[in-house]
Amino acid sequence: MDIIKFLDEFTSESLTKKASSRRAMLGNLGSFGKKAAMVAVPFGLASTSSKAFAQDNGNNAIGALQLALTLEYLEAEFYIKALDSGVLPSGGRAEAVYNQISKHESAHVTFLQTGLGDNSVDSPEFDFTAGGAFDPFNPNNDMAYAQLLALAQAFEDTGVRAYKGQAGNLMGTQFLTPALQIHSVEARHASEIRRLRADVLNENTNENALGWITLNNRGPGMPEATQAVYDGEENVVQGGVNLVDATGFSAEAVSQSYDEPMSGEVAQQIAGLFIVS
Amino acid sequence: MEKPRIKVDAVSAKPLKNSKSRRKFLKMGGLAVAGSGLLLYGCSSDDDMNNPEPMPGEVFDLGSGDVGILNYAYALEQLEAAFYTKVLDGSYWAGANAEEKKILEDLYDHEVIHREFFKAAIGANAEASQVLPELEFDFSSVNFADRNSVLATARVLEDTGVAAYNGAGRLLQTPDFLVIAGKIVSVEARHAAAIRSIYLEDDTAFAGDDIIDSNGLDLAKDPQTILSEVGNTGFVVTEFTANNLPQ
Repeated sequence: MDIIKFLDEFTSESLTKKASSRRAMLGNLGSFGKKAAMVAVPFGLASTSSKAFAQDNGNNAIGALQLALTLEYLEAEFYIKALDSGVLPSGGRAEAVYNQISKHESAHVTFLQTGLGDNSVDSPEFDFTAGGAFDPFNPNNDMAYAQLLALAQAFEDTGVRAYKGQAGNLMGTQFLTPALQIHSVEARHASEIRRLRADVLNENTNENALGWITLNNRGPGMPEATQAVYDGEENVVQGGVNLVDATGFSAEAVSQSYDEPMSGEVAQQIAGLFIVS
Repeated sequence: MEKPRIKVDAVSAKPLKNSKSRRKFLKMGGLAVAGSGLLLYGCSSDDDMNNPEPMPGEVFDLGSGDVGILNYAYALEQLEAAFYTKVLDGSYWAGANAEEKKILEDLYDHEVIHREFFKAAIGANAEASQVLPELEFDFSSVNFADRNSVLATARVLEDTGVAAYNGAGRLLQTPDFLVIAGKIVSVEARHAAAIRSIYLEDDTAFAGDDIIDSNGLDLAKDPQTILSEVGNTGFVVTEFTANNLPQ
């Protein structure tokens, strides 16, 4: 009986059907999902960003995976260029960490391309200077290493929130579990990059520079332009329960205990800063 | 919501009425007797024993549907919270460097907050009798004065938490619960990476090749596998069953 149920989930028809009925459910249930989606205020909208995401709005699961693939393209290219730049101190922890993450992000690209098949999208053209705001791959830029670390942190923390924001769209499909498996890898990356950056800045015990996010604090040395990545993370209400009131723990501790989702729209806006076309 | 089809007697609490049915469980679902107390049965079969509601004093069953999965998560969070409570009472933590001290203190906070959340959330979505009771744990195999013993255990618990939530996501029916599980699992993954990073020598251990596969995917394990692994640690003293979890 279970095997039939399992096979049934693999037909694209049931995938579409389920996705839409989940959507209806989400609409009815209200507060929770909406609260999750409301959060971040966009900090800048690249005019070309909407073109870069060829989302098929008729199917939430496919749209979710296309968004995921675009974010993975961004990360994969970023780490490859970072490793090629000569900016990272060679032979140390940073290089090992970037290599490991690079391997995963490139694997995610291939995995999602394969999973999407005919619905796959091409990589946008990226500009990691964000129109001249950063110069992360230039070894002659004294700030390049700091910018490589800051951008990596912003990309990883965004990735965690963006995958989480798409989970509902993948419910009832065979893509949910692999997406969760990528999501937690992004979270491991985020934790390590945050801690590496803290180490470089000599901020290892700074509450705002640990592996987890405190309130909506972007952390020491993070450019203000990255604030949208953290807006909404200060939430302390889960399932309608204010956990500061319920547990007596501080808002800092409660906010650290839960990562908040990010809507596809906000994720696109953030990625859009680095997309040329 | 799926109707629970089996009710199972608590094997060790009282003799089974019918030894034939026990064999049936073994055959069909893969009975996993885990560690000192935790009993896990296969949960989906067409067996139709119509046992009455559990009597007081019987072994608790995690239940079915989303409540069952929430109880399952609650059990794991109870375990983690109890562990870090002991860590913060131990001499390794008292003498640890500032960074390790801070990390472990945060992990304690987070796991206790998760535990209390599940207690409240299940209470709000089910009868009081369906909420997993407070479990008893035995950490006598961990040396809380020893860094390696503490961090090795923390690593196992955090990686297990990640794999458990990743595997349970598809079993949830309510979108709100899936989002909540997602909010928690990424924090568990952040923990796992930090513990691995401070404990293991390898600079890539935070997301090491021992757990992340060639597709760049983290572990995902079903409740039976997780409960059997947790049982094997011997940490869980209180018996409970997982006979009706969705599969």
